[in-house]
Amino acid sequence: MVDKPINQKAWLLVLPVFVIVAFSAIIPLMAVVNYSVQDIFNMSQPGFFVGTEWYREILQNDRLQDAFLRQLLFSFVILLVQVPLGIAVALAMPTRGFWVSLCLVLLAMPMLIPFNVVGTIWQIFAREDIGLLGRWVNELGIDYNYTADTFDAWLTVVVMDVWHWTSLIVLLCYAGLVSIPDAYYQAAKIDGASRWAVFRYIQLPKMQNVLMIGILLRFMDSFMIFAEPFVLTGGGPGNATTFLSIYLANLLQASEFGPMSAFSIVYFLIILLFSWLFYTVLTRMGKGT
Amino acid sequence: MGFRPRHIGLILYILFLLVPIYWLLNMSLKSNQEILSGFSLWPENLTWANYATIFNDPSWYMGYVNSVSYVVINTLLSLTVALPAAYAFSRYRFMGDKHLFFWLLTNRMAPPAAFLLPFFSLYQAVGLFDTPLAVAIAHCLFNVPLAVWILEGFMSGIPREIDETAYIDGYSFPRFFFVIFIPLIKAGIGVTAFFCFMFSWVELLLARTLTSSDAVPIAAIMTRTVGASGVDWGVLAAAGILTIVPGALVIWFVRKHLAKGFALGRV
Repeated sequence: MVDKPINQKAWLLVLPVFVIVAFSAIIPLMAVVNYSVQDIFNMSQPGFFVGTEWYREILQNDRLQDAFLRQLLFSFVILLVQVPLGIAVALAMPTRGFWVSLCLVLLAMPMLIPFNVVGTIWQIFAREDIGLLGRWVNELGIDYNYTADTFDAWLTVVVMDVWHWTSLIVLLCYAGLVSIPDAYYQAAKIDGASRWAVFRYIQLPKMQNVLMIGILLRFMDSFMIFAEPFVLTGGGPGNATTFLSIYLANLLQASEFGPMSAFSIVYFLIILLFSWLFYTVLTRMGKGT
Repeated sequence: MGFRPRHIGLILYILFLLVPIYWLLNMSLKSNQEILSGFSLWPENLTWANYATIFNDPSWYMGYVNSVSYVVINTLLSLTVALPAAYAFSRYRFMGDKHLFFWLLTNRMAPPAAFLLPFFSLYQAVGLFDTPLAVAIAHCLFNVPLAVWILEGFMSGIPREIDETAYIDGYSFPRFFFVIFIPLIKAGIGVTAFFCFMFSWVELLLARTLTSSDAVPIAAIMTRTVGASGVDWGVLAAAGILTIVPGALVIWFVRKHLAKGFALGRV
């Protein structure tokens, strides 16, 4: 890595990527900044400058703060469930033979389903009248209705996300696990290492990098979750599952362009900040051990 | 490799993944009447009518054509621009390389919901609105950085001596790149194409915002099934099943390289 030659002409090779990403990233970002400091009644007329008013307004908005706390809680719960579950499933995977391919393909299935179809699947599956899950749970004598009860709605959204994305953690961890040479395990066996010691000192360090990527991706994506809960509950009951992206889409629907743009900027910055924090903390932890 | 108790957990987990999909399949093979009147674990009067509805109605099946076309354009576009860039990142240092790489990755963190409005205005202004190309370019926002990242990993695994030997043998850069280098990272290209396909196929928010009638993706068309007489569950389920098929096919082709592809954690 260190001895890569310096070659400024390499920019020519990178230029197409820069142009195509800049077109979809920088221009819209500038537009959002521009909208966020103006009062706009109608997209065809120019708005007038209001400075930081929208920023102050959204930062003091109670409903937005609620949505933010709800979002934090959701992402936290998601990581808390998916990371240990993902590691456990990865450890249970076979390491060679025909079954590996089959398991990988089956595990990856939920990730290849369009987000709103995931919402549709669970909307049907958890309904108390026509859904297998809803029907069973109610027959067990538990009152379960995700469209009316806050806790049930939350539980359904969390289980749906676990269903949808735990496989990502599994596949990442599995990729780390298969890179461990057999000699390590043999050495551990000779030393009489316990199952826990093998996990703690051989498997976990090897999974650390991929696991970090997995945690980052899961955090970012769960923080931006939109289509699945939108299809499932529409943000309800009440505002119970109105996460930040759903709140944002509601602002757009109400043509509140100024507050929406100001909020978009804050939203993006929050994700950047958290991702940077995770990254720093996790890499520090890695160096510590 | 015998059967061990820990495999029971794995089997249970995979069942947990498959049962909701099975339920969708089950519903797609029932008539609406059967769905709403009774409750059965498998279709008692198996019917293909829901699928027939989709395949006979252009406003339904064109949704699949639209989705597949922007996904294919996006995958080709992402690979075309990402290949030379990944080569540059893996072989050379240049001004601002680290910053550029990090900036590319930050685009993965931008919430799409935040950029709906400017995307809408931008693509209308350049006259691409409601075309598959618009969605394909918009999806490059997250697929190109990802493609560069994965390809860079695969390319760094190829020793640089190969490049040097080729140049000494008198190969020009394009000739070396296409004749020698690309065949060496075939697996990496396959895995990258898979990821581009996957993320473009599952994304809905941008695809829906950038289309209105001619290029609407299937996932957006599905929201139409809420009609005057309530939700048409059977057709909705059939449409859902059909969106799972392309993903299942693609993943079967890359299954051998999948684990390697996920090993992108080389930070």
